[in-house]
Amino acid sequence: MGQTMPGGGRLVAIRPVFHRRRRGAWPELSGSASIAGLHKTPSDLYQVTFSSRPFFSMSSIISISGVTKTYATGFKALKEINLDIERGEIFALLGPNGAGKTTLISIVCGIVNRSSGSVTVDGHDIGKDYRAARSLIGLVPQELTIDAFETVWATVNYSRGLFGKAPNKAFVEKVLRDLSLWDKKDAKAITLSGGMKRRLMIAKALSHEPRVLFLDEPTAGVDVELRQDMWAMVRRLREDGVTIILTTHYIEEAEAMADRVGVINKGEIILVEGKAELMRKLGRKQMTLELRAPLKALPDGLSRYALELSSDGGQLTYTYDNQSDRPGVASLIRDLEAAGLQYRDLDTKNSSLEEIFVNLLRQEP
Amino acid sequence: MNLRAVWAIYRVEMARAFRTVLQSIISPVISTSLYFVVFGSAIGSRITEIDGISYGAFIVPGLMMLSLLTQSISNASFAIYFPKFVGSIYELLSAPVSYLEIIIAYVGGAATKSIMLGLIILGTAALFVPLRIEHPFWMIAFLVLTAVTFSLFGFIIGIWAKTFEQLQLVPLLIVTPLTFLGGSFYSIHMLPGIWKTITLFNPVVYLISGFRWSFYGKADVSVGVSLGMTLVFLAACIAIVAWIFRTGYRLRN
Repeated sequence: MGQTMPGGGRLVAIRPVFHRRRRGAWPELSGSASIAGLHKTPSDLYQVTFSSRPFFSMSSIISISGVTKTYATGFKALKEINLDIERGEIFALLGPNGAGKTTLISIVCGIVNRSSGSVTVDGHDIGKDYRAARSLIGLVPQELTIDAFETVWATVNYSRGLFGKAPNKAFVEKVLRDLSLWDKKDAKAITLSGGMKRRLMIAKALSHEPRVLFLDEPTAGVDVELRQDMWAMVRRLREDGVTIILTTHYIEEAEAMADRVGVINKGEIILVEGKAELMRKLGRKQMTLELRAPLKALPDGLSRYALELSSDGGQLTYTYDNQSDRPGVASLIRDLEAAGLQYRDLDTKNSSLEEIFVNLLRQEP
Repeated sequence: MNLRAVWAIYRVEMARAFRTVLQSIISPVISTSLYFVVFGSAIGSRITEIDGISYGAFIVPGLMMLSLLTQSISNASFAIYFPKFVGSIYELLSAPVSYLEIIIAYVGGAATKSIMLGLIILGTAALFVPLRIEHPFWMIAFLVLTAVTFSLFGFIIGIWAKTFEQLQLVPLLIVTPLTFLGGSFYSIHMLPGIWKTITLFNPVVYLISGFRWSFYGKADVSVGVSLGMTLVFLAACIAIVAWIFRTGYRLRN
């Protein structure tokens, strides 16, 4: 099972031909072929079948292809989204308010109907094979939306049942203990603090052992301690092989957590890149020199560096990035010495993901 | 079939009924008792028998239907409207649950509650008036069929409603008047000519008539027509629910 076929298809089954096919029992047969390694098998005895479905199981766990969403009001929330989420990664989806982050998540999770396009979760189409697709997904929405009159214990077990999982008190207890909610198991949701409600939402999502976890703005309005706890939890989940997709306004969150970053703006994915790659490509560096003696004007020999001189003449700033064809730091330092400039201190800093993000959005028409 | 999901939803719905026992059970019992005091004893003592049945006993099936209709609608409409209102419906929509399973769970929960209530009212009525049930099978059949049909109707209202006001609008402005004018407290034979015809357009007439027949063997319209009309209304509700789910109307848009 799972062997890649010519043309991107996937080997589904090899069956003796005398097996009668029950109606609907082999749902995705799209053709027959002989394949290498099976040439000794008489083709009249065995039928080799493969699916035209692309093979995702090795890398992408979610594949979004040509997805659009136009609301009844005519508002185009998503304009043809194509995105693959790798198995086991932490993917951060960044974007300003109204960019389409929540709409995209809602479509993948089955909460909102898409206007066109297709989405598969671990190879299962979210429309035709919605049970298999949805049972793999846990969702923690942005809003704290819980039945206020249910107890913590009841509501988490309800979530597990809703996703078709057999009752498992020990597992639910572990989830609640991991999220520091065990002491509150008999408390009604209405009596919990905001932070605890957020933990409860996470517990509900984890109660049915998802392989993909969507966290929509998980740390909005959450104190620093809880945020750190959540980050630690997300890392633990990833170690267990859970794929995590988080949307966030807090760029530092994406910077601290994500393996890859996607930027969505006005319903379009404008960039998907490994975080380190993104910072390397688009990250800018800045070197600041504290001069021993203030300068009135830049010496001629340094004009090619486009240096910025502070108004008091005591500080020189050089901005550069990895992709620019500007000369490097080493030659600048040599030229500074050649020009007879002496400096007391030198400081360099990388631009943050936030600066990259803001710059990207500025470049958008 | 995700039976665990059906059971999970059903259990939550039933738990809410027992959590709000005062509102769900005790309040309808009190209001029904008041009907017996006012209509059965105070006014009923001045009314002679109808179709050979004492007035107090005559109104029992109508009162049960009155509660059954209003409670089925309010249970089911609230059950689906509340998660929509607070936003917790996201979980239901993102779960591996089919539309049929959602319907079975919510409508099953709402119908169970209203059937329990109907039987409690029957028990309460037995304390006030002598009762006989000539066709117990059909009594139960009408009870279940009506509860399921109007729970479905309530489910539709719950999905349609955008505000609490809209949630109350149909039960208050349509269902309650139709129930009062549907022969709960009188036989439609007591109405003057033209009203007798007009009242036949009221679907509740058929429900109450059929239900009363199962008690006393007497009906305003034939039992077959009563059953047929109930089934037509059930089919209409099923068709609307199917359309809602197919289009995602007010759920997935």
